[in-house]
Amino acid sequence: MPQSADKVFDHAPLFQQPEYKEMLENKKVKFECGHPDEMVQEIGDWTKSWEYREKNLARKSLTVNPAKACQPLGAVFAAQGYEATMPFVHGSQGCVAYYRSHLSRHFKEPSSCVSSSMTEDAAVFGGLVNMVDGLANTKALYDPKMIAVSTTCMAEVIGDDLNSFIQQAKQKGSVPEDFDVPFAHTPAFVGSHVDGYDNAQKGILQHFWDGKERTETESINIIPGFDGFAVANNREVKNMLDAMGVEYTFLSDVSDVYDTPSDGEFRMYDGGTKLEDAKTALNAKATISMQEYCTPKTLEYAASKGQETAALHYPMGIQGTDEFLMTVSQITGKEIPESLRKERGRLVDAIADSQAWLHGKTFAIYGDPDFVYGMARFVMELGGEPVHCLATNGTKKWAAKMEELLASSPFGKQGQVWAGKDLWHMRSLLSTEPCDLLIGNSYGKYLERDTGTPLIRLMFPIFDRHHHHRFPTWGYQGALTVLVKLLDTIFDKLDDDTIIPGETDYSFDLTR
Amino acid sequence: MAKDHTSGPDEYESLIEEVLEAYPAKAKKRRAKHLTVSKATDEEPDPTTGIASKCDTQKSNIKSIPGVMTIRGCAYAGSKGVVWGPVKDMVHISHGPVGCGQYSWSQRRNYYIGKTGVDSFVTMQFTTDFQEKDIVFGGDKKLGSTIDEINELFPLANGVTIQSECPIGLIGDDIEAVAREKNKETGKTMVPVRCEGFRGVSQSLGHHIANDAVRDWVFEKGEGAGAGYEAGPYDVNVIGDYNIGGDAWASRILLEEMGLNVVGNWSGDATLAEIERAPKARLNLIHCYRSMNYICRYMEEKYGIGWMEYNFFGPTQIAASLRAIAKNFDETIQENAEKVIAKYQPMVDAVKAKYMPRLEGKSVMLYVGGLRPRHVVTAYDDLGMVIAGTGYEFAHNDDYKRTGHYVKEGTLIYDDVTGYELEKFIEKIRPDLVGSGIKEKYPVQKMGIPFRQMHSWDYSGPYHGYDGFAIFARDMDLAINSPVWNMYDAPWEKPAAIAAE
Repeated sequence: MPQSADKVFDHAPLFQQPEYKEMLENKKVKFECGHPDEMVQEIGDWTKSWEYREKNLARKSLTVNPAKACQPLGAVFAAQGYEATMPFVHGSQGCVAYYRSHLSRHFKEPSSCVSSSMTEDAAVFGGLVNMVDGLANTKALYDPKMIAVSTTCMAEVIGDDLNSFIQQAKQKGSVPEDFDVPFAHTPAFVGSHVDGYDNAQKGILQHFWDGKERTETESINIIPGFDGFAVANNREVKNMLDAMGVEYTFLSDVSDVYDTPSDGEFRMYDGGTKLEDAKTALNAKATISMQEYCTPKTLEYAASKGQETAALHYPMGIQGTDEFLMTVSQITGKEIPESLRKERGRLVDAIADSQAWLHGKTFAIYGDPDFVYGMARFVMELGGEPVHCLATNGTKKWAAKMEELLASSPFGKQGQVWAGKDLWHMRSLLSTEPCDLLIGNSYGKYLERDTGTPLIRLMFPIFDRHHHHRFPTWGYQGALTVLVKLLDTIFDKLDDDTIIPGETDYSFDLTR
Repeated sequence: MAKDHTSGPDEYESLIEEVLEAYPAKAKKRRAKHLTVSKATDEEPDPTTGIASKCDTQKSNIKSIPGVMTIRGCAYAGSKGVVWGPVKDMVHISHGPVGCGQYSWSQRRNYYIGKTGVDSFVTMQFTTDFQEKDIVFGGDKKLGSTIDEINELFPLANGVTIQSECPIGLIGDDIEAVAREKNKETGKTMVPVRCEGFRGVSQSLGHHIANDAVRDWVFEKGEGAGAGYEAGPYDVNVIGDYNIGGDAWASRILLEEMGLNVVGNWSGDATLAEIERAPKARLNLIHCYRSMNYICRYMEEKYGIGWMEYNFFGPTQIAASLRAIAKNFDETIQENAEKVIAKYQPMVDAVKAKYMPRLEGKSVMLYVGGLRPRHVVTAYDDLGMVIAGTGYEFAHNDDYKRTGHYVKEGTLIYDDVTGYELEKFIEKIRPDLVGSGIKEKYPVQKMGIPFRQMHSWDYSGPYHGYDGFAIFARDMDLAINSPVWNMYDAPWEKPAAIAAE
């Protein structure tokens, strides 16, 4: 018997004990009726061949292991970044259970959101009653200052009209007439979570800005975009802006929402963009998006109000951060202070110290479009070579922009861009054209297992490692975090490869 | 920290009243029917637990109220996530937009042995990734070519299930026709499942629909691997064990030690063959009654296979279950059952000796799916812990009836609890431990109350069987007795009275 009270074995060691191994082998042989081992081996090898890659890349209908989620997830995330705001998703209730779980598993934090719980009758008659009752219940139970409505695909398919429903709900007294209920249609069958983020942001700003007079001020708006590292990244951006003495408003800031303290009180709402600030953000001189592909419609809307706009691509590394600071400086006229120049110098110093370990290393990078752009750019600054750059939710426009980036550096020469492809494609790519390192999210661990490429988790969602999102990846400070993660992975791999005593440990060097 | 907590069951009725006050009138009336306190009953106490109470005085399995933050999921989650998803040698297509499959990808911890992507597919996300044109023009064609591509790229897949997402039923697609056509073309099992998320009121209807799909698209289509299988006298099926963290393995080892053959394990670590051969077995042993009783009833009616519920949480229930299972067989099996119980007893005693002093008397509140809110209760009892409240996301009346065999009179019972209610109940009762899901975990911990996820075993497990009980005891101890709970108050923040001195 393998189990004992002294040393309790859970699943990881337990099932490796001989009793269980024998039992599982017996199950396989007697009951499973599986394919012969040789055939499994043969097909397994074939899935890693060039022939398989061609077939795999020719897929037209099937998607396997995509690196994207659906619109409402982004909408919920955007809404959560506003003061005391309850996201309200109109449609089937299971979706909301999924968004909340997904966000909680990444942030290891509560994630609050409600559903209008539509079922079969609502599918036939529409979800007006659900909206009317739902808004009233949400307001009464959770006392939000704002309820931000978005939709699941169910409500979109049956064509529920949010604007009319919300107006009718207000007329019926669900919430007061002047209560803030912005909305956005967020069909799951269009785009991905980054588009849901965009639609929700635009909906919230339209709610506050439409029909209002604009008086321009010196302040600027920052839209962070959908970002799993938002807790730390938003704070890092604030540090930089504060150092420059810039007046600013974050439009959706989850940094406190997804980082509440444990002190005995559950804070359903904490921090976030004050609704008053969201209103006056109309007067800002400019709106800067930290992630272009998360904000096309929102920026267009801001521009239509007379604001200057600028869009960045997930400002990681030296040039990404330089660009951010210079953009802010150019728009606001504020100088970049010596403190930031010094921070930059320290980052450059660290890179110079370590560059030998990174030079010529090849990378596969996947994730949201802006992330992949920012990451590839940083990798090239380090002397690394992006080989596969993949975004399941990347568009043709994104691909063109990526090609341009790769062409701008000799380190981008062998870079290939894969827009609209998924992680099963990536498996083929890594099997046929291997890379030294893989950068992505937790789902990448299956690629690590199948292809032996060490994974670095820098993209949402990260489920199987804790608290990485509490450290920034943006700005010069963030670049240091990223640099250390890359180096640690390289050094750990090198140690693993040289750890056998008397065989390989001549290279198990003490100093590197 | 709130210290004005409710002292005991006497106050639960008024606590319910107090919590309901927050609702608008219409919602209050509806929610009042889901909250209760277990009552005394004249029924005979359960022979294993010695308990009898009345827990089925309330409504269950009805629609959630809009806007209240129900914790429930949907029919798709019940079919793809629970029943079909663990079947390892089939590809399960999340048919519709990308999200449903993405959020449920690898989240149930249904352990399996196999080469993922080659002969096993559980921890993968296959989707038709619907775009606007698929909604407008219908998705049947895309579904057909998706299955073609699966056959080409995953030739060792033994079949395909089509897990419908919301739009499928709304746009009038005929997935059954596609399934029939592809079955004819490939000879492989094709299972269309109408588990659109808007159907029914929770995951529960999804379980039922998934069970019906086993009947209509596996059993009715011929014997498959069942053909020519000679059933032995000790052949049983385990139904409703999804092998979360290896639960089914920690159960199987006991049944095999007893001399039984587990022909099929549904559906954790299962192959299609294990489903096809199941009708040949002598007896169906059902663990998760809520999600798979339907197919057991059908197999009884159609194939004459009896079924019985059992419970492998905690040594008391395990021993009682092993004996009850053995009763269906000859004396050899019955003697073996006693041997198995005797073999593990010293380990059980050692686990109790180690952990009971750390856990005895601690109070627990549970809120889980459709089985565990009652099934795990005796495991807590075995450690001397006390259940203050329990409730189900998607139970039916028969589940609440059975709950009366597990929880004593005066237990707080909540059905389809809302985020608001659960938070208030926990705040007022302040139990020593809460067992629920990922959405509940972090709010509860913020309040300074230890928590264990009781869907996923909080990434631990197995919790079934004797081996699982040791892990269960360890996990409850590490949750409750972590030093972190004593560090919530900063030492310089002294209570006002002391500070004033």
